[in-house]
Amino acid sequence: MLPAASILLVFLTYPLGLGLWLGLTDTKIGRPGVFIGLANYESLFKDSVFWLSVFNTIGYTAFASLFKFFLGLLLALLLNQNIALKSFMRAILLLPWIVPTTLSAIAFWWMYDSQFSIISWVLVKAGLIATNINFLGDSWNARISVVVANIWRGIPFVAISLLAGLQTISPTLYEAATIDGATPWQCFRHITYPLLTPIIAIVMTFSVLFTFTDFQLIYVLTRGGPVNATHLMATLSFQRAIPGGQLAEGAAIAMAMVPFLAAAILISFFGLQRRAWQQGSKD
Amino acid sequence: MTQTGAQRKPVEKLYSEGGMDYLVTRQKKFVLVYLPLMAFTFILLFPFYWMTITTFKSNDDIYDYERNSPFWVWNPTLANIKKLLFDTSYPEWLWNTMLVAASSTFISLFASVLAAYAVERLRFKGSRWVGLSIYAAYLVPPSILFIPLATMVFNLGLFDTRWALILTYPTFLIPFCTWLLMGYFKSIPYELEECALIDGATRLQILLKVVLPLAVPGLISAGIFAFTLSWNEFIYALTFVASSENKTVPVGVLTELVDGDVYHWGSLMAGALFGSLPVAVLYSFFVEYYVAGMTGAVKE
Repeated sequence: MLPAASILLVFLTYPLGLGLWLGLTDTKIGRPGVFIGLANYESLFKDSVFWLSVFNTIGYTAFASLFKFFLGLLLALLLNQNIALKSFMRAILLLPWIVPTTLSAIAFWWMYDSQFSIISWVLVKAGLIATNINFLGDSWNARISVVVANIWRGIPFVAISLLAGLQTISPTLYEAATIDGATPWQCFRHITYPLLTPIIAIVMTFSVLFTFTDFQLIYVLTRGGPVNATHLMATLSFQRAIPGGQLAEGAAIAMAMVPFLAAAILISFFGLQRRAWQQGSKD
Repeated sequence: MTQTGAQRKPVEKLYSEGGMDYLVTRQKKFVLVYLPLMAFTFILLFPFYWMTITTFKSNDDIYDYERNSPFWVWNPTLANIKKLLFDTSYPEWLWNTMLVAASSTFISLFASVLAAYAVERLRFKGSRWVGLSIYAAYLVPPSILFIPLATMVFNLGLFDTRWALILTYPTFLIPFCTWLLMGYFKSIPYELEECALIDGATRLQILLKVVLPLAVPGLISAGIFAFTLSWNEFIYALTFVASSENKTVPVGVLTELVDGDVYHWGSLMAGALFGSLPVAVLYSFFVEYYVAGMTGAVKE
């Protein structure tokens, strides 16, 4: 118990407190700061770039999570069918999740290249567009591009976790329902969905948490650009703190993420509690 | 938390016998199942394919889509790989990554085994709360911690050393591994330990000779997972290490291979490919453990 507790206390709990403290000082790189109260938060409150990053983070998380959920659920349902090469399929489809995000993001970077994008090339050849798409140069294109890359990476996690949940549902339920004349949609709505809800809640909490605090993908693809259009709170915090040297301000931005994360965790926690209560469980 | 279905036996076996499959015609199944599945496979794997073929293309072919179809390597070359291995510090980064990932995995596993066993079996006062707080620790993302950790690393004089990474990676590995191992220890029957106690074994002996051998699958899952997580780590490595010889692969490829406005896509892709291969190979040997670890952590 002791080794784990000491490492966690020294390198996790203490930094959390230190981060909170740093956010209340005016520390810069190479200069210890003094306590200045909430001044950092006040200046952030007036900072339009900060608000833009909040907006981006919420939008990024919302869209990416939504699509990850639906596509992941779809993939899980497909893999749960009786298909050939099932375990092989499951294994290779997890690859995007295994491979270091930075490295797969570099592959996306190349595919999003303004001149030599393979996606543009195919679309031009197919006659769907006239000129190459400027994937990462235009604000909205860049936003959509990073969300797509995030969805690509997140689908396998959602799908495989939900698949594990699906496999615990007894097929006899579906057999009984089919005999009673239920359509496939009714089977899904009244058997699969209710039984899968607890796992959905947990998987989506994880997905939302990791998307909200995402850093690597944005850092590789756009570094927050063009003109801060894709800055998330994590990348802005890094930008201000490390290259910019304003450690305190960066820490304040990072701390500003905490309430959002706490809200996400509480929502899923209470959702699960209510669910458990409805099903008459005591735990 | 998830009593609903999680406790029941997996029914994969029943499915593999066909189940209600006879209700669906073959054509319908092709359109409804295989076609979407192929689309998913294509989209999820295409970036890897593209990464691989770009690695083996010559510079002329990389930028010329008109002469030959871009979807195949017409004049394969090893120039990009040669450049990567001999003209950059890539082998050094690979070695660093391996060293850091292996040591932090080892430290985390050691600490997690003790912690998980303590929480699960010693039943001290408040062990339930410790368990919960470990879970909560897992939910604290690195992007919140990296700034205060950077100042700590700096003050401890560890800045720009491998130790900075080896000591900080366990912050996200230990909570995860502990949580995973707690689930495994829970499944080992009490009676075995009671027998050992009666035979005069100490707690340590019980842990080493009874519990650990039974928890091997759990240890493998946790180990593989911890190794891949630390291999993939980016933000700490980017912040705590500055000189080229201490960088890890993800950071090195991004910061050193990109110089100025000219991107050498060939060697960049080669770097990405070779950085991904070790984890992909490791993963392919232990798929089942990996999936068990992932779904186990979610289900608990």
